[in-house]
Amino acid sequence: MLEKLLLNHYEAAAVILSGIGLTNLLLQRNLIKKIIGLNIMDTAVYLFLAAKGYVEGRAAPILIENGSGGWLTSSALYVNPVPAGLVLTGIVVSVSVTAFALALTLKLYESYGTLNIDEALLKMTEEQEQLEAVIEEADEEVLS
Amino acid sequence: MINMFAYNIPFASIFIMMVAAIVTPLLPKRSRIPEKLSCYAIALVAVLSAYLLYALTYPGQSLSFNFPMGHFPAPWGNELRAGPLEAVLSLVFCVAMLLSLTGNFSSTAEDIAPGRRQIFCVLVNLLTASLLALTYTNDLFTAYVFIEINTIAACAIVAVKEGAETARAALRYLVMSLVGSGLVMIAICLLYDLTGHLLMQNMHGAILVLVTTKSYMIPLTVSLALITAGLAIKSALYPFASWLPDAHGTSTNASSAILSGLVLKGHIFTIIKIFYRVFGLDVIHMLRMDTAIFILGLVAMIMGSVHALRQNNVKRMIAWSSVAQVGYIFLGVGLNTTAGIAAACLHIIVHACVKPMLFTAAGGLSNAAGHKKGLHALMGTFYVNTWAGLGLIAGACSMMGIPGFAGFASKLSLTLASFDSSVVVWALAALATSSVLNALYYVPAVIVIMTHHKDAHKNFTAPKPTKLYKFSMFIFLTLNFYLGLFCVPLLRLITRGVNVL
Repeated sequence: MLEKLLLNHYEAAAVILSGIGLTNLLLQRNLIKKIIGLNIMDTAVYLFLAAKGYVEGRAAPILIENGSGGWLTSSALYVNPVPAGLVLTGIVVSVSVTAFALALTLKLYESYGTLNIDEALLKMTEEQEQLEAVIEEADEEVLS
Repeated sequence: MINMFAYNIPFASIFIMMVAAIVTPLLPKRSRIPEKLSCYAIALVAVLSAYLLYALTYPGQSLSFNFPMGHFPAPWGNELRAGPLEAVLSLVFCVAMLLSLTGNFSSTAEDIAPGRRQIFCVLVNLLTASLLALTYTNDLFTAYVFIEINTIAACAIVAVKEGAETARAALRYLVMSLVGSGLVMIAICLLYDLTGHLLMQNMHGAILVLVTTKSYMIPLTVSLALITAGLAIKSALYPFASWLPDAHGTSTNASSAILSGLVLKGHIFTIIKIFYRVFGLDVIHMLRMDTAIFILGLVAMIMGSVHALRQNNVKRMIAWSSVAQVGYIFLGVGLNTTAGIAAACLHIIVHACVKPMLFTAAGGLSNAAGHKKGLHALMGTFYVNTWAGLGLIAGACSMMGIPGFAGFASKLSLTLASFDSSVVVWALAALATSSVLNALYYVPAVIVIMTHHKDAHKNFTAPKPTKLYKFSMFIFLTLNFYLGLFCVPLLRLITRGVNVL
């Protein structure tokens, strides 16, 4: 068991990191910490992919000159470029999602002055109750 | 062999919507031209999808084809795949999207500031593009990328309506969606690691090898569980549906209609493709994921309706009813037979036509009651906006499964499909209970709107429904009756589509 963990230490680290990230994303009440949790989770997946894509002794998938004007084209010399491509795409996605989440957080903070999603809900219900009370009073005045 | 024009339609549909999304910000900002452009683009894609469906089902044609993207052949390159099921789903998605936009044309103008309507159109175009891409793609990582585009666009069309309430609902929706797409991404990476492929058919071959040699069974089960859980969160399967009523209940009517009718369905169809095309029904059964999905579907059918019963706000009630309807679809998927999946696909189509109609009707009625959304405030509104009233009544009948309405067709096919399985008693009991529960909250709503109220007309100063609203509602009603009365050819077509999925 421990041997397997040591053999796959990158993957083990990725699993632990993604667990930490997921827990933060779900359980933190502070929105900024939630977004940081999201980023930890995404980064863990990139670590996993990068570790899987790395093969010892092979070069990055860019053609190497063979010294006599040609190129070394044997596929056994290079690593698979797809995992790196997946990581790049994933980074683009997570950057845009993070930006959007931060923009929404900013909007919430401007309205309620809090980063805590529960406090915002509490303030919203209070405001609604006050509004309803005002409307009821106005109705009663009209009726009388 | 299919003709060249039809062959290019899957790619062209996605491309047209993407181009429309890019062009929209260049149009005049405070006019309604951007909305018209979106509507025309979606209508064009609907026509193209209809032609693709015709070309695919024309006698003597091969029923499905793969479209390579770029110049790399199958195991390496990216692919789209189109068959009758994909064509019919993209047709329904486009029609429902178009009707949701046209039906709520005036309420969109009230809810969204003129400067932001253009952004709304960009988001709607992106959302349509991502739905089409999810429908057609044959590559799991492309599916992930479009799931994320879908997430951003869907959360943004909630937040586009002014107000702190929508920002909060959108954030809650976004957090849950991100948990879902995070799980999907982890699962796709695990699957890629196990199989070495991203194209669905190649993955299927590799998974069959793994299963027959009994190797890597635990990682395979974990990745299937993660991908199903992630997509279930995004498609609001019951225990994960807490975000839905907020997001669908507070946003503008057009957004509610689109989110409830279409966005959930894109993710459900992705689950169906993963079950049917990537893993195969036998492997799903061996890993017991069908039982898990079936039980969750049963619970969702009952609990969605129970929550809907407790709502006083009409839009939140309809939103919770969506949770129950998603349960029906998962029940069909959980039966794990071709008939079950075909019935689930029929219910996807039925719900994509009925739920936007209900939201459009509810929007029209609450508009007639002076923008009040409480159920009691809608008393007598049927007589102010008859078209909206008719829409609500037809939608309610459909949800209860009255014969002749769309919901009856899909409930009947779900019932018939469940007879082939060993869990028929559970399925029938849940279908019956859920139908009664649906009636328990839809019938009172219908009674309320039809009750004469002595000073109703005095308070109701709302403008009369526009011609566009009446027209959209008419098409919705026609679709509803068409699906209810002539579902057999459609079901046959879907079954053919599922067979070549």
